[in-house]
Amino acid sequence: MKTKNPGLALFSFIVYLFLLGPLLIIAVTSFEPGTVLKFPPTGFSLKWYQNIFDVEMFMSTFKTSIIVSLLGNVIAILLGVPAAYALNRVTFRGKDTLNAVFLSPLLIPGIVLGFTLLKYVVITFHFPIYTSLLIGHTIIMLPFIIRVIGSSLANFDFAVEEAALSLGSSRLATFFKVVLPNIKSGIIASVLLAFLESFNNVDISLFMTGPGVSTLPIQMLTYVENYFDPTIAAISVLLMLITAVFMFVIERLLGLTYFTKQ
Amino acid sequence: MKKRYLYLLLAPGLLFLTLFMIVPLILTVGSTLFKDGSFTFGIYLQFFKDSYFLDILGTTLLVSVATTLLCILIGFPVAYYLSMMPPRKKGILLALAIFPLLTSSVVRSFSWMIILGKNGLVNNVLIKLGIIHDPLSILYTPTAMIIGLVHLFLPLILITLVGVLESIDHDLVRAAQSLGASKLTAFRKIVIPLSIPGLIVGSILVFVGSLTAYTTPALLGGKKRVVATFLYQNAITLNDWQAASAIATIMMIITFIVIGLMNKAAAKFNPKG
Repeated sequence: MKTKNPGLALFSFIVYLFLLGPLLIIAVTSFEPGTVLKFPPTGFSLKWYQNIFDVEMFMSTFKTSIIVSLLGNVIAILLGVPAAYALNRVTFRGKDTLNAVFLSPLLIPGIVLGFTLLKYVVITFHFPIYTSLLIGHTIIMLPFIIRVIGSSLANFDFAVEEAALSLGSSRLATFFKVVLPNIKSGIIASVLLAFLESFNNVDISLFMTGPGVSTLPIQMLTYVENYFDPTIAAISVLLMLITAVFMFVIERLLGLTYFTKQ
Repeated sequence: MKKRYLYLLLAPGLLFLTLFMIVPLILTVGSTLFKDGSFTFGIYLQFFKDSYFLDILGTTLLVSVATTLLCILIGFPVAYYLSMMPPRKKGILLALAIFPLLTSSVVRSFSWMIILGKNGLVNNVLIKLGIIHDPLSILYTPTAMIIGLVHLFLPLILITLVGVLESIDHDLVRAAQSLGASKLTAFRKIVIPLSIPGLIVGSILVFVGSLTAYTTPALLGGKKRVVATFLYQNAITLNDWQAASAIATIMMIITFIVIGLMNKAAAKFNPKG
């Protein structure tokens, strides 16, 4: 159905301006040569980009963020792929409940998860902060792995697997040679989505800071509370570039319909 | 597949979640119910008598309701517009809506600090136009929180609604029109009822998200607290673990009540039965 409705088109245009305008403004202000963020900027300079690399805390927290997101992702894949396979391969009693348990980190407020991790895993069980940070990030990545790989598996014809098994292939070999190649794009997409979720996370990381341990978003948050120079704008631009690349790859692998079908 | 294998595949993930999520959550809730070894609801009674906490809870609920309503009012027309676009154009517009969703919430809230601040874009423009003489204080108010949260969650409701609106069979609308219904009547009697379940799902996401958001209120709310920043303050700044645990419990209970009620409503209003 096609309707030409100029009012609706104009309204939508304004809403998109509201959505994307602020991100553009950040990008523009990151080139400010002065020490205070201004829009429009008073000139053009890349010195605040240089400053990112000069401030030790940004580099070290960036490293922590990358390590935690990557390592957490690996653990989430190791825990999540077998679970997603079991949840989609056969029907059994309690399947829906188990599925809900695996997706529950999406429903429980992140700030509550972060707090309980600090209170029990760090303080009561004496886990090191770095390990707890990793555990927390693994928890929030699991639902993405389960959901995206789950929907890939739901589209997979398990008769192909049966065929391989009946021809004498072992279960494990069949999984790696037949099932895995078929859900490859789902796995890569889920890894990227989970990575972004973890890399941008504030709620959990907020409670998991200690001597020498903090993530980039938390460092940015602390910086913004104390300084108002364009460094954060410059970092934001770099983060948006990474996001854009990730999104492009996810779109290639899953299509945008993944986002519209909840 | 043998049952044994099944449990073997599920066990590591379940064990992990049980140990590090479920047990800490249960212990947290449990810890609020005991004082000096005896069972009591004392801390909750104290909270709900405390006007400071009630004020914070009130702000949080107000901000969340306003954010949800604004997201629906703004999001629905735009989603409707998107759902009728030709596929290529729709793809581009959807991508532009999803991009902010995947961008860090720190970055997105920070952008509003530049726009709403005393020397920010909004104040500069209004002063240059001669509409105001002294800069408005928008930043560090609940209004700033609402703006930031609407910006944060609008993409979420957009993509949820586009998904729902796309699945509506537009032949139904055409049929209604050919039987004499006006465009508006057809929209009101067909498109809106069919999108109610999607609206409810979207509202849950936005409402619960706003209710528990930390970054946006922390950056844009200034001294004005919401439940999430209050929880953080109690845990980290004041080291009051009991209070923080009680706030965490209250947040979870409100979240589950909202999800439960709205799911019930979604089932009730689902015209497909």
